[in-house]
Amino acid sequence: MSKIYCLGIDVGSTTVKTVILDDDKIVYTKYERHFSKVRETVAEQLKIIRDLYPGEIFKSAIPGSAGLGIANESGISFVQEVYSAFVAVNKSYPDADVVVELGGEDAKIIFLTGGVEQRMNGSCAGGTGAFVDQMAGLLGVTPDELNELSLSAQKIYPIASRCGVFAKSDIQPLLNQGAKKEDVAASIFQAVVDQTVSGLAQGRKIEGKVLFLGGPLSFLSGLRKAFVNTLNLSEENAVFPELAPCFMAYGSALQAMQLSDEMTIDEALEKIVNAKSEDNIAVGEPLFREEKEYQAFIERHSKSDLKYADLKEYEGDAYLGIDAGSTTTKLVLITPDGRLLYQYYGSNKGQPLDVIAEKLREIYSLKNEKLVIKSSCVTGYGEELIKAGLGIDFGLVETVAHYKAAAFFCPDVDFIIDIGGQDIKCFKIKNKAIDSIMLNEACSSGCGSFIQTFAQAMGYSIADFARLGLFAKAPVDLGSRCTVFMNSSVKQAQKDGASVEDISAGLSSSIIKNAIYKVIRAKSVEELGKNIVVQGGTFLNDAVLRCFEQELGRNVIRPAISGLMGAFGCALFAMEKAKETSNLITAEKLEEFGYKATNTQCNGCGAHCNLTIIKFADGHRFISGNRCERGAGIKIDTVSENLFEYKYRKILEIENKKPKNPIAKVGLPLALSFYDLMPFFHSMLTDLGFEVVFSEESTRDTYYKGQQTIPSDTVCYPAKLAHGHIVSLLEKGVDFIFYPCMSYNVDEGGSDNHFNCPVVAYYPELLKANMEELNDKNFIAPYVDINFKNHTAKAVSRALAGYGITKNQVYDVLNKAYSEMRRFKEDLEKKASDIIWDARAEGKGIVVLAGRPYHVDPEINHGIHKLIASLGLAVVTEDSVSSLVNTPSLDVLNQWTYHSRLYRAAKYVCENDDMQLVQLVSFGCGIDAITTDEVRAILEEKGKLYTQLKIDEINNLGAAKIRLRSLIAALDEKKAKEEA
Amino acid sequence: MSDRVLKTVFTEEMKKDYTILVPDMLPIHFDLLIRIFASYGYKMEVLHTATQNVIDEGLKNTHNDTCYPALLVIGQFMDALKSGKYDVNKVALLMSQTGGGCRASNYIHLIRKAISSQFPQVPVISLNFSGLEKNPAFKLTVPMMLKFIYAVLYGDLLMLLYNQCKPYEANEGETDALLKKWENRVGKLFEINKFHNTKKHYRAILDDFAALPKTDVKKPKVGIVGEIYVKYSPLANNNLNEFLISEGCEPNVPGLLDFVLYCASDVVNDAILYDKKTKRTLAYNIGYDVLYKFQKQQIKIIEEHGVFMPPHDFEHLRKCADKYIHQGVKMGEGWLITAEMAALAETGTENIICTQPFGCLPNHIVAKGMSRVIKQAYPEANIVAIDYDPGATKVNQENRIKLMLANAKKY
Repeated sequence: MSKIYCLGIDVGSTTVKTVILDDDKIVYTKYERHFSKVRETVAEQLKIIRDLYPGEIFKSAIPGSAGLGIANESGISFVQEVYSAFVAVNKSYPDADVVVELGGEDAKIIFLTGGVEQRMNGSCAGGTGAFVDQMAGLLGVTPDELNELSLSAQKIYPIASRCGVFAKSDIQPLLNQGAKKEDVAASIFQAVVDQTVSGLAQGRKIEGKVLFLGGPLSFLSGLRKAFVNTLNLSEENAVFPELAPCFMAYGSALQAMQLSDEMTIDEALEKIVNAKSEDNIAVGEPLFREEKEYQAFIERHSKSDLKYADLKEYEGDAYLGIDAGSTTTKLVLITPDGRLLYQYYGSNKGQPLDVIAEKLREIYSLKNEKLVIKSSCVTGYGEELIKAGLGIDFGLVETVAHYKAAAFFCPDVDFIIDIGGQDIKCFKIKNKAIDSIMLNEACSSGCGSFIQTFAQAMGYSIADFARLGLFAKAPVDLGSRCTVFMNSSVKQAQKDGASVEDISAGLSSSIIKNAIYKVIRAKSVEELGKNIVVQGGTFLNDAVLRCFEQELGRNVIRPAISGLMGAFGCALFAMEKAKETSNLITAEKLEEFGYKATNTQCNGCGAHCNLTIIKFADGHRFISGNRCERGAGIKIDTVSENLFEYKYRKILEIENKKPKNPIAKVGLPLALSFYDLMPFFHSMLTDLGFEVVFSEESTRDTYYKGQQTIPSDTVCYPAKLAHGHIVSLLEKGVDFIFYPCMSYNVDEGGSDNHFNCPVVAYYPELLKANMEELNDKNFIAPYVDINFKNHTAKAVSRALAGYGITKNQVYDVLNKAYSEMRRFKEDLEKKASDIIWDARAEGKGIVVLAGRPYHVDPEINHGIHKLIASLGLAVVTEDSVSSLVNTPSLDVLNQWTYHSRLYRAAKYVCENDDMQLVQLVSFGCGIDAITTDEVRAILEEKGKLYTQLKIDEINNLGAAKIRLRSLIAALDEKKAKEEA
Repeated sequence: MSDRVLKTVFTEEMKKDYTILVPDMLPIHFDLLIRIFASYGYKMEVLHTATQNVIDEGLKNTHNDTCYPALLVIGQFMDALKSGKYDVNKVALLMSQTGGGCRASNYIHLIRKAISSQFPQVPVISLNFSGLEKNPAFKLTVPMMLKFIYAVLYGDLLMLLYNQCKPYEANEGETDALLKKWENRVGKLFEINKFHNTKKHYRAILDDFAALPKTDVKKPKVGIVGEIYVKYSPLANNNLNEFLISEGCEPNVPGLLDFVLYCASDVVNDAILYDKKTKRTLAYNIGYDVLYKFQKQQIKIIEEHGVFMPPHDFEHLRKCADKYIHQGVKMGEGWLITAEMAALAETGTENIICTQPFGCLPNHIVAKGMSRVIKQAYPEANIVAIDYDPGATKVNQENRIKLMLANAKKY
């Protein structure tokens, strides 16, 4: 009888791992990237094995996310990969307590001791190998180089760890502001660790002997270091097996031993090669049926081109436009009649300033001596830095820059859609002014850089990859969610045997569907108007352009300089505003141009912004990362007080009142509804004789304190912070925490009901179930509806009976508590009216920054109110103006107290010409899916612009700033039109 | 109501020749319900469409962050209205509305918003038992409601027996055929008003299902709990029930009656918790008692019959909940999800899939938020939370379920 080997073939999302066992001994292992050619790679690997073990008999098993399909179709046994890891660990590391495994796109944790539990990341969590690859691409380095960089880091920036898209929007501005690559690299690894700890461990501690598995962990020492440091593991407790990358293949080989099917490699190969793919992929129309159709398409679009002039020959004035975008840098130089002298479009390699300086040098060296750059203008994320560093004359909001450029090609343009590296921007134009702006949310950023990352992952250049899609026969339908989801859609398509061509075309179509369904949310094509101009680098991709036309069913205009439109608009603007001479850095100064970046923390206020200070060779400085003027070293005398700060301070001040001989120390968390009801509960408890202690003011560290106990990683950030506040109160040594559950909030009238949202209402239940330290004694959470005095007295006294509190006692202090609540509110309203009065006296605009009471927490709002104030607008809150009007007529069920205030605030704003509403939405707030549309409808019915800012743990305000500046620019333009 | 969205009222006139479209949720139950409605002169049709276009229409016509059930329901309606299959001047849409603190009470408004620009003439009818919205030509009478309750009882029983037989059937297709037969028969019972004699009919059903030839393989039981629409609707959960059966498991899906009892008990609980006793409380109290008696009777008959595992006793569920979460948690499916997880684990169904729409607010608390304490009480409990969403792929969901099953089969 011949020998029987066991073979495990782990087919992951990016790699194929094979392990062969001879009895118990591992005799062969291999780790290979498959670049999405799953079946081919598996076949190749099997051929290698066949040549090594000709004619031998194997028992085989296939685990892995991409293995499921192959296994089903070929009839070779499938084994679940996490379970495989479990089997392998039991075999070789029986004393391990926890296993952490990071794969290409999955992250898994297995808890072995104290109740076996195996976990995989949910559908919204991309902090894995693919994420690291993506981030490396963003920095313009290989993952190995990223690892090298991380080892010499000095500083860690907080980067959103939830998913790749979020992290990207944190990293990009850091790069644009000149943060060191080393530090960013280490921060990326830290983000992966945080993601694993909070997203997967979900309340269970990772301790004891920890085994680290999977490709990324075995190849990236920086990532290992981050894990070991964060989890505080000793050397003997952090185990990195040599076999780590192939561990699951090993586990599956072990399982194969129990299986009955025996076959030679040739038989296995035959099964895999001949397997019929299950034909269940949704398939779309081909982009072009034939070459001729494509040629006609090219012909049509070539009409929207600019004229060119020769930089060496041209004599006279010229205007420079720069678009320092999130991932790319664009530069144009034009003549007064709009001819193109010079153009550049390329990645900013994480260093936009260097790239632009280099291109300027090139212009200076190439240009005719008699060419004079009369004026210059810059737009985009890197605007301020570039302006300060290179002496650019003007800065312009991106939206306006794009409109200027589009109007050059199509003066009657109704609709502009720009898909760039990371942003989708759409503007409706009415009466030659921007009428409404739609920008993608942080969540649905399936834009240009996304397709690029995909191309790279599949081993193609972006251009080649896009071209493949043009003549795909059956483009796959990949859905239209964000990047992370798209990854799994692609995985599924691959599983189902879709070709690279079909996937390429499918991705182009996804981008378009994302834009139309998610960002524009057009119900019909007519809404977009007749004249549509498309632009942005992503539309240079013919496949994307074609998909857009197909989806709309009409032709659109794509200028040939589609990717340069922002820069071109800037150049046009520079020309409009040109002064006598330009301030632009001269050729001589450019020779000695250089800068040094250092990082520091601003101590101007509690926000502790991370500042990047850039010192230029000529001595002047540029500071970025600051939210307000304080960080930039500017004296504040003109900034008026804003209600966000006022309200926050007033809430903190409440704590100062204490009874003389307290019976006990009660803790109230500075979280969720307490930002609204603090005056009430503080007054009630103080008058009952308790010393009331608040939890610490929120910071990022507050979040980290409670991070390990968060069971649901998709809940909103304000709720996540509550965990840290509970820890903070316990640290302060309170006797108990008082945190009532409240289905009902205060009935303010004029609404169908007055609920709290489910999260605000019942978060105490979740805290109690997930924080070990809490019990019935130290965490008192009665069900209370404070609209009813008698009931409140009864419920509270029952809850505090252990402290001898009676119903009559509570009843007696309630009147004061109610009036404290009222007084607090009246004080806010009074202050709001003062602020409004002052603003009017100064001719300033007023913004009602409308969200929830807890949005005054600086860790939640990230200082957005300061940003608005720094743009010259006065800021009040929604709850300070909502009682000034009655509820408007609505098309929704108006059943939540906080949300009801939004509708009234919107109505109030409509009644005041000098007011605008900006809605703050916490990511994950499902209820705002209803309120945002309704608030928008209320505002737009009265001709107001609607602006929404989505906030999460993300700490950068780049996108918010662009939105707000766009709003201001649009208002100015509207005003100018009305006056003209 | 503002002027922005038109609200077309469903009139007596319309009742005569309009077709009322109903979104898909519980195939067995809904078919019974529309037969009852038919006997009162309403022509109804349950939509069974499950194409990509349903999802695309949903995406186009709802907010990005709206929960998946709303997206699918709206997608199914829009898809139907645009399909050309119906005369859009002769259709109405029906949607349920509970009035609770979760987003679901707003679905009906989202539907109106979605159809307002293209099909303003189509009336949207609210099916509610709390007087939230009134449609003059769509009144629910007490006899009607009583019939609905019976339909739920029969539906739950058929679903229960199907799931306990199908995985073990010796001759493929027999369970489905038997289910079809009984769906028809029960439907008839309602038409001829002979549905009251539950004892007799339950027994006949039980006997029939017990008589199906079955294999005696042992299969792991897998409980399905979660947000009501995603839990039941094959469209939303990618045919989860069927998938589990094909993977060699016995699905255990708690019935719809539990949800009805849960809604009734919430009103009763509110009265106790917040000292809010109204006329409605009294009515709900009586209603609750009647419903609970119906459930007890069904359980008793199943137990006496002795072949099948009966559904959970609702009062027992309440006791299960009390160990982990307060019954004051009443938004969405509230404490019921926690209770069902605990009751399943307690009765030997340790493998539990908790289905929920991505970003479901109440489920942060009652599902993901409570799994730690349930696992503490039942260390062998094997709970997996699966998010459903237009972008979540089947392969990802199945892989996670397979992980759970790998654990399930280990024991």
